[in-house]
Amino acid sequence: MKIRFSIVGMLITLLTVAVAAIWAFPLYWTVVTTLKPEYEVVAPGVHLIPQAPTLDSYLYVFEHTIIEKWYINSIVTASATTFLVIAISAACGYAVSQLQFPGRRILFGIVVASFMVPIPALIISHFVLMNDFGLINTWAGIVLPQLMFPLPIATMVYRQFFDSIPKEFREAAVVDGANEFDVFLKIFVPMTWGVTVALAIYTFIVTWNNFFYPFLLTTSDTAMTVPVGITQVHDAFGVQYARNLAGAVLAALPVAAAYLIFQRRVTEAVMLSAGIKG
Amino acid sequence: MAERRSDTLSIVVFVAPLVVAYAVLLFYPIYKMVELSFTDAPLIGDGHWVGWRNYQRLLSDGLFIDSVFHTGYFVLLTVIPSTVLSLAISMMVVRLKGWLQSIVLACFFLPYILPSSVVTLLWAWMLDFQFGIAQYAIIWLFGAKVSVFKDPVWAMPMVALVTIWWTSGFNLLLFIAGLRNISPEIYDAASVDGAGRWRQFRDITWPLIWPVTVLVLTFQLILQLKIFDQVYLLTQGGPFNSTYVVVQYIYKQAFTLNHGGYGATVALFLFVIIATLSVVQLQVLRTRTVE
Repeated sequence: MKIRFSIVGMLITLLTVAVAAIWAFPLYWTVVTTLKPEYEVVAPGVHLIPQAPTLDSYLYVFEHTIIEKWYINSIVTASATTFLVIAISAACGYAVSQLQFPGRRILFGIVVASFMVPIPALIISHFVLMNDFGLINTWAGIVLPQLMFPLPIATMVYRQFFDSIPKEFREAAVVDGANEFDVFLKIFVPMTWGVTVALAIYTFIVTWNNFFYPFLLTTSDTAMTVPVGITQVHDAFGVQYARNLAGAVLAALPVAAAYLIFQRRVTEAVMLSAGIKG
Repeated sequence: MAERRSDTLSIVVFVAPLVVAYAVLLFYPIYKMVELSFTDAPLIGDGHWVGWRNYQRLLSDGLFIDSVFHTGYFVLLTVIPSTVLSLAISMMVVRLKGWLQSIVLACFFLPYILPSSVVTLLWAWMLDFQFGIAQYAIIWLFGAKVSVFKDPVWAMPMVALVTIWWTSGFNLLLFIAGLRNISPEIYDAASVDGAGRWRQFRDITWPLIWPVTVLVLTFQLILQLKIFDQVYLLTQGGPFNSTYVVVQYIYKQAFTLNHGGYGATVALFLFVIIATLSVVQLQVLRTRTVE
């Protein structure tokens, strides 16, 4: 009875591993393709390992596109978005949770309600607004509208976190004569470290990955982010699979690395974004 | 000691950034979208007030109505299949231990954190008519190669398949968290009572995981209604407009045809539908917290 059970268990485990391998195979196949010379890419048959591995397709992407410029755009806009979202949401979440002021319930109600707004539907207004500000094709033009994607959930997460801290903490510090900003920056912010790291990684990944907004808010190829830029080089490359895919791998590298390094934090942040504590 | 009112200056400093961001980047754009929808304005510049004309036009606009149906078809092809698949995979993953579980979970989750343009380039290559490795699977299943994104019957289901591969990692995490919350003692007790695997699933797992399932379904529904990237990058809405979706129609009207006013009307339509569904979702979340 016991033995039969463990055999079934082992078969299910094997099946799980097989399905996982199939699921991840496209990722493997893409990376392998970029390491092959072009003649090998189109050679008949399936070759799981490159016979003459080469980095030519990557060199080609660096030489024939302005991907380094796109990288700078992506890094700057994703970092700026992350910084602004964390600063704005932590401050507001703190105020709503710990301070007494008229309208705080209404303010938080608005934040919760904004969670339900489908931001992509606002693309036309956002485009018109950024155009009025003269921000099309600028870093600020990419950053500002995208703040609205993570801002509601980040504020809700911070408020929830600060709610879990007893009010006496603040009272004691205030009685001792500390000013509000010191209390926030020196006592409360350090306590949020775990939540802040998770939210920051999450915001960075979400912003880096966004296609629709940077695609429409940039018209010049020097202003594009990496995920947008790599879709604009098809024609320049002709039908060159390895080169196209090398661009894709380069666009995915930072977020894939961030996930593999901070696996636990990313998982935690994804759960927080769904309103579930990990 | 009575709770002291915080001083005004510090409250303003803490709250103002969010209030300003919301005013400029949320409330004004919503107002602007509603206003635009009653005009014949181009994307940039002023237009004339046309009353309800854009709304009347929606009702008789063939491509708009098609795009609504295609979006619905896409939602049908993704939401429930992806939820069922994720639940099945989560039950397989949750019984693994240690590093094996980490690796297997990473295999399923990694696609979710990739940019849409990377996912579409990758699958365009996998499914490439001439050299795509997935064509071997298509030949094995259907007997001949198929140029999937150029065939009106195949295009949308394949976009859906790519989307399921891309987004299931998110559902998987939620399901695994839900399954971990079910106490193993319940299963032990059921085993002692002689309940088989199927009975255990039907009588324990399914009812206890149901709240998470509802959560995943609503998240998926709201997410997939906003489909644009995959369609735009894989098929451009073709062949023969067979994959034309609502967000793409907004894009076309506003950014390609320069009809800012009419584009805003279509956007408002999508806005209202998703906002309504989100209110329902919030109710679902509330009832969950009450439980």
